[in-house]
Amino acid sequence: MAKETHFLDMSRQDEQPRGKYSWIGKSMKRVEDPRLLTGKGKYIDDIELPRMAHAAVMRSPHAHAKIVSIDTSAAKKLPGVLLVITGEEASKVTGPTASFASPPVTQYAIATDRVRHVGEPVAAVVAENRYIAEDAIDLIEVEYEELPAIVDPRDAITSSGDAVLHPERGENNVAMNRTLNFGPVDADFAEADHVIKRDLRWGRVAAMPMETAGAVAEYDEGTGKFTIHANTSMYNYVGWLIAVSLGVPANQVNIVPTLAGGSFGSKLFLHKVPTIAATLAREVGRPVKFIEDRMDNIMSSDNHASDRIYEAELAIKDGIMTGLRFKVIDDYGAYLQYGYGTHGNALSQVTGPYRIRSVGMELTAVFTNKGQQGAYRGFGSEVANFVLERLVDAAAEELGEDATAFRERNLIQPGEFPYKIPTGNVYDSGNYPAVLAEAKSILDYDGWRRKQAEARKEGRYIGIGVATCQERSVFSSTEFWFLNPNETPGFTLTSSPEGIQVKIDPTGKAFATINAPFWGNSPETMVVQILAEHLTMDPADISVAYADTDAGLNGTGPGGSRYTVMIAGAITGAAKKIKDKLKKVAGYMLEVDPDELELEDGHVGVPGSNEKKSIAEIALHAHYFRLSMPLDDHDLNSGIDATHVYDHPFTTMPNEDRSDLGVFYPIMGHMCHMPVVEVDAETGRIEFLDYVAVHDAGTMVNPMTLKGHIRGGTASGLGSAIYEHLHYDDAGQLTTASFADYLIPSVYEVPENLRTGHVETPSPFTEFGIKGGGEGGRMGAPAAVAAAVEDALRPLGVSVESLPISPKVLREKIRQASA
Amino acid sequence: MKDSIQSAEKIGKVDVTVTVNGTTYSRSVEPRTLLSDFLRAELGLTGTHVGCEHGVCGACNVMVDGRTTRSCLTFASQLDGAEVQTVESLGRVNDLHPLQDAFWEKHGLQCGFCTPGMLMSAKELLDNNPAPTRDEIREAISGNLCRCTGYQTIVDAIESAAKAMQEAKNG
Repeated sequence: MAKETHFLDMSRQDEQPRGKYSWIGKSMKRVEDPRLLTGKGKYIDDIELPRMAHAAVMRSPHAHAKIVSIDTSAAKKLPGVLLVITGEEASKVTGPTASFASPPVTQYAIATDRVRHVGEPVAAVVAENRYIAEDAIDLIEVEYEELPAIVDPRDAITSSGDAVLHPERGENNVAMNRTLNFGPVDADFAEADHVIKRDLRWGRVAAMPMETAGAVAEYDEGTGKFTIHANTSMYNYVGWLIAVSLGVPANQVNIVPTLAGGSFGSKLFLHKVPTIAATLAREVGRPVKFIEDRMDNIMSSDNHASDRIYEAELAIKDGIMTGLRFKVIDDYGAYLQYGYGTHGNALSQVTGPYRIRSVGMELTAVFTNKGQQGAYRGFGSEVANFVLERLVDAAAEELGEDATAFRERNLIQPGEFPYKIPTGNVYDSGNYPAVLAEAKSILDYDGWRRKQAEARKEGRYIGIGVATCQERSVFSSTEFWFLNPNETPGFTLTSSPEGIQVKIDPTGKAFATINAPFWGNSPETMVVQILAEHLTMDPADISVAYADTDAGLNGTGPGGSRYTVMIAGAITGAAKKIKDKLKKVAGYMLEVDPDELELEDGHVGVPGSNEKKSIAEIALHAHYFRLSMPLDDHDLNSGIDATHVYDHPFTTMPNEDRSDLGVFYPIMGHMCHMPVVEVDAETGRIEFLDYVAVHDAGTMVNPMTLKGHIRGGTASGLGSAIYEHLHYDDAGQLTTASFADYLIPSVYEVPENLRTGHVETPSPFTEFGIKGGGEGGRMGAPAAVAAAVEDALRPLGVSVESLPISPKVLREKIRQASA
Repeated sequence: MKDSIQSAEKIGKVDVTVTVNGTTYSRSVEPRTLLSDFLRAELGLTGTHVGCEHGVCGACNVMVDGRTTRSCLTFASQLDGAEVQTVESLGRVNDLHPLQDAFWEKHGLQCGFCTPGMLMSAKELLDNNPAPTRDEIREAISGNLCRCTGYQTIVDAIESAAKAMQEAKNG
């Protein structure tokens, strides 16, 4: 694709990457940690309010059933029970939850007349303590009339009658079927000299943070106002939708964020739990705490991830990949909160780091009787990475080439950026050959190939995986709606802003308030490092707090690896205002033109002279002595503070027929993962002998925390690849609804020494050139692990088309191949 | 089932005297009160976190008479006369225990939810084996799940803390 330089006009960058920084780029210890290490961090279950009562939820044992009747009389009589409420009763005071799908899919936080998956809430109890609430749940009698359960997503396409989950939306369980073509797909396949085909399956997993979702809600009858404490992420972006459900104006709900014990996307738009807690608090007239237990979370926390069946093809001509096309069925479960956002997301980087020039997609999104999909580290793009890399590996094998050599020839070259891919998204910058070369070098790729050859002679199955994948970052919300039907898209060009408020107190210390929560990453550390860089302050002199929605400015919160980039934009805007004010006040104090002053090392002064004032001196003056400065300076008022809201740096509209989706995810990270595994052919066990992950997340703010994301993301990625599975049986029962059955990797399942590397190609579109890096590990590891296992078992002819490849599955494959 | 639930009220309470982090508490508790709830709700020691409530994740690990115990699978009423240590027994924000310091230094935590249980497992290890190998460290934390870090920096942290504690001891 030709360089499209006109796109650059759309982007903004005030702060160029620098050769030298004081705080950015340093592996500073996290400012969040001391309170977390000492048990003093306040998570949602640590919130205690006076007269607080406790809730528990009764859940459907059936995958699909009509609720015929509910008898709550015995539960209500239990001493200590304050309230028992059915979904039908709750729906009289609280409306449905928000849906970004078009047309919407109606969902109540507590089911009203029908349950559509195991674990769906059917009634709730409030009691003096959680024990009594759970006792009362056991006393509720529900009569169900079972309906046919749809479990296989292929069956959903043809199901009819009582098996249709949402009859008001159509005659079967197809939520949407849509074909989109970008570029000359048919021609590329017609002219190809090789067409690679693979049928691929990506299994259902979920984020599984160690802390479940929870909320503590209170309702002030006098003012009519709700206060909801919750471990939700995007409360300043979409938290007001909870007010809509509750039937009150948005300014009558204040959402107060707590620390979140991990999210990985799952708490992005946490709505059901806060809505239930608030509904109960209003009905019972006391504060109510509702914390999911682990089974609640696994079955019904709206965070199941992509569950896809692919038929995928790759066109190759003269050793160059030209076209990609696929049919995909995605099992969204029982509801559709985010519409088809996970496929919108994947289209931002569907052609990977390669010069593939055409794409064809047929998406069939279906409803089944399972927990609904939400967000999980990758948001659908991790699946597209897996699919593309499986095709690329198959292509290299068919052409008889080394997996790295075939990739090297097909990578976008450093001089081609900004690069527009067939779907319309633009990649800002990158150096993909350098990342691949660095990974090969750190791993000693050729050395491992030699060891592999020697091991094969001994009958050992060692494999080396290669995955060169994209990690898009900084979403524009167009991805959530451009796949909606063209006649009802729902939105126009969307921003997803991030704001900050910065104050310098009279002693010269800085206080920043952000509009996003701590969700497990390092927002305070990021703010401290970037603000210290701007204001030349000691990081110890900066503290950070989290705004509730009453105090909050525009903010979107974490998601899609956006937060560090976006808060850097907000900080840059606010810091400029703060610096201008410091110079103005210092100018009056020193009787010097502010334009001659510079901020350096915590002082404002004339460069090269001793005429200077410290930030503390200026702050004191600005706070208390305004009237000793010229009264005719009408722009000058007391104090030093600034707010700034930073909008998405670079996004454009999709066109009407969706042959071009516009620019919606342009800040493009990249990675190369190279695991070395040994497969025990007897047991199917996969052991990691080595693992190298090289990432490019642009300018690194904190290399230590970025490495943490890479290692942690890789661990969850290999969980998705090998061990984790939300398995529903034919009746729609979830057979892996505990941590004893849903296997999160322990220390024994991860590589002992995951070696990381970085290549930094700063973004030309963001402040300092920062790119996102929160999801990368999980976006590369599954593809790389699948490749490594297939490579190990090449002598047996075992191929990996389906994840997870548990030891049991792999052993069976080996037996079949050997037979 | 109904009868058994409605009679729960009649079972009454049992007296328990337990020493937690050096302070002795005498309380009347329902027999079914979990140690995790007792620590968190009754004593206000919310550093102990509950991750799964079925004994798999280890986030709720505390020490009972010197051995790590899943507080979500232990009844408070079982602990009459016992000594319990929670994460709050280690260090303070401005005076961290060497394990806490090493977790900070080595980036052995992200969301922090599994950390208290992880620290107690590490404490038990180092109490009994002051100079563990990395394999021994891995074994010691193999019953603690962490979703954030990939464990490598946790192993680094425990190894580093052991060295620091040995050096401090040997002067």
